[in-house]
Amino acid sequence: MANALVFIDNPGAALKKSSLELLTIARSLGETAVAITGELNDDVAATLGAYGATTVFQPSVDDLDQYLVGPKAAYLAAAVAASGATAVLLDNSPEGKEIAGRLGIKLNAGVITDVVGVEADGTAHKSVLAGSYNTTAKANTPVTVLSVKANNVEPAPAGAGAAPATATVDVPTDAAANSARIAARTEKPVSGRPDLSDARIVVAGGRGVDGDFGPVEELADALGAAVGASRAATDAGWIGHDAQVGQTGVTVSPQLYISAGISGAIQQKAGMQTSKVIVAINKDAESPVFEIADYGIIGDLFKVLPQATAEIKKRKG
Amino acid sequence: MEETLKIVVLVKHVPDAQFDRHITGPANTTDRDESILSELDEYALEAALQLAEERGGPKAGNEVIALSMGPSGAVNAVKKSLQIGAYSGVHLSDDALAGSDAAATSLALAAAIRHLAADGRPVDLILTGMASTDGETSLVPAQLAERLSLPQVTFASSLEVAGGQVTARRDAGHFSETVEAQLPAVVSVTDQINEPRYPNFKGILAAKKKKIASLSLADIGVDASQVGLAGSWTVVESADARPPRTAGTIITDEGDAGIKLVDFLAAQKLL
Repeated sequence: MANALVFIDNPGAALKKSSLELLTIARSLGETAVAITGELNDDVAATLGAYGATTVFQPSVDDLDQYLVGPKAAYLAAAVAASGATAVLLDNSPEGKEIAGRLGIKLNAGVITDVVGVEADGTAHKSVLAGSYNTTAKANTPVTVLSVKANNVEPAPAGAGAAPATATVDVPTDAAANSARIAARTEKPVSGRPDLSDARIVVAGGRGVDGDFGPVEELADALGAAVGASRAATDAGWIGHDAQVGQTGVTVSPQLYISAGISGAIQQKAGMQTSKVIVAINKDAESPVFEIADYGIIGDLFKVLPQATAEIKKRKG
Repeated sequence: MEETLKIVVLVKHVPDAQFDRHITGPANTTDRDESILSELDEYALEAALQLAEERGGPKAGNEVIALSMGPSGAVNAVKKSLQIGAYSGVHLSDDALAGSDAAATSLALAAAIRHLAADGRPVDLILTGMASTDGETSLVPAQLAERLSLPQVTFASSLEVAGGQVTARRDAGHFSETVEAQLPAVVSVTDQINEPRYPNFKGILAAKKKKIASLSLADIGVDASQVGLAGSWTVVESADARPPRTAGTIITDEGDAGIKLVDFLAAQKLL
């Protein structure tokens, strides 16, 4: 009887860091089972074992990826029943949250999203109202469903773990009824930079870049950072909407956030003010971003950023 | 001419993010003074109005109903929606609803939507924003779809309805996809889908003549114990205001700010 069930959607050839984080949290809650979709690679099975998973569930059907959310929630509900888990952990991606939402209704289980920490009794910590409050929340139901944000725990293997047992879970035959079908999917070109949502460092540009993200991208690459943008920059079409940091874009909480040419209106602040260290570069000394910056430079980003990039390259040799 | 549609748009009255927002009271709920129509819901309303207008608008028999659940002030979100262009409004309000989590909210909204079909005409499409700008969990559209046994199409950045089917484009980080679902469906839209219209003088005058129906829990057949704090499956146990960030060192570039920046990063062990 497992205490915690971790959902990993298509683990692929190697587990992502965020999946290892979920496994690390799950182990602190008790015996851990894992429900995956897609293939179970040998290396992935070994890693799951090393992180303490005792059982890996796989669905009885292989077409879950053709549908949006609904059938995956039905599969996961069946896996919860098979494992007897009282806590279910998912990643905090939009789809992770939606699977969590539908699963909660299926199981009469409380759902807590955007979790940054979980205590042994299931109490969840989160940050709400754009980082202005820290709250604790708890489900009062037999099963708790938690979607957990990345980068809040250090992944730690359990030590010598045996290879987990595998088991197939029957997906209800009507799972795909009343579900949206994915008719076509186009992969976007891979940038080679880290994912914005879980990067350790983010360099973001706004209106002040005036159409030229070159200096922002060069500094990001020197730091191994992800590139972000304000809504003004994405609305102007200077960079893809995926890069938007803010209330209607991606919320980031990196170790370092460098804001270049962004005034720091509330919309943008909401997406980045829980960053550990904030650096701001802006020509306008009155920019609101300077009120929350740990280090602010009143100056021209086209001079400051290239100088910093060159200096970093020099020091890194 | 396309078949006409009956569309319900979920609109939420949320604290204005331009001001400081607070969590108050024994149940750690959000203070709803200084509230406005959630900006993200305007995109859903615009999408609904465009779909209805393509089909001849209200005269042809289309319906665009703005539905808001919330305390007395939430009627303002409905009024604003009517000024922007919604054809009619519904305000679901009951003291017992206070403190509802997403699960309890979705239960009440599902019952209200079933109630709106009691006139014999089923709802074809339920449109929402991509999230509320206060709770930001994005759970309600998914949970509403589950409760109504409907397909959900979330984060649509474009939307077409034809032949009883909705087709939407979704953009995720690494891919974009085309998604199809049969009507009725729950669809949430992003802020990329359109440019919401503003209420004009004519719209504001016209809104005064539009109907707002007030619904209580009794009207929709929901017991008080199923919603609010009593019916919620999650409890917010504590809420602590995070100390505001304070400004650190601010320098003016004298030609070497890039070097100083790198010195700062090195001192913070961020290189």
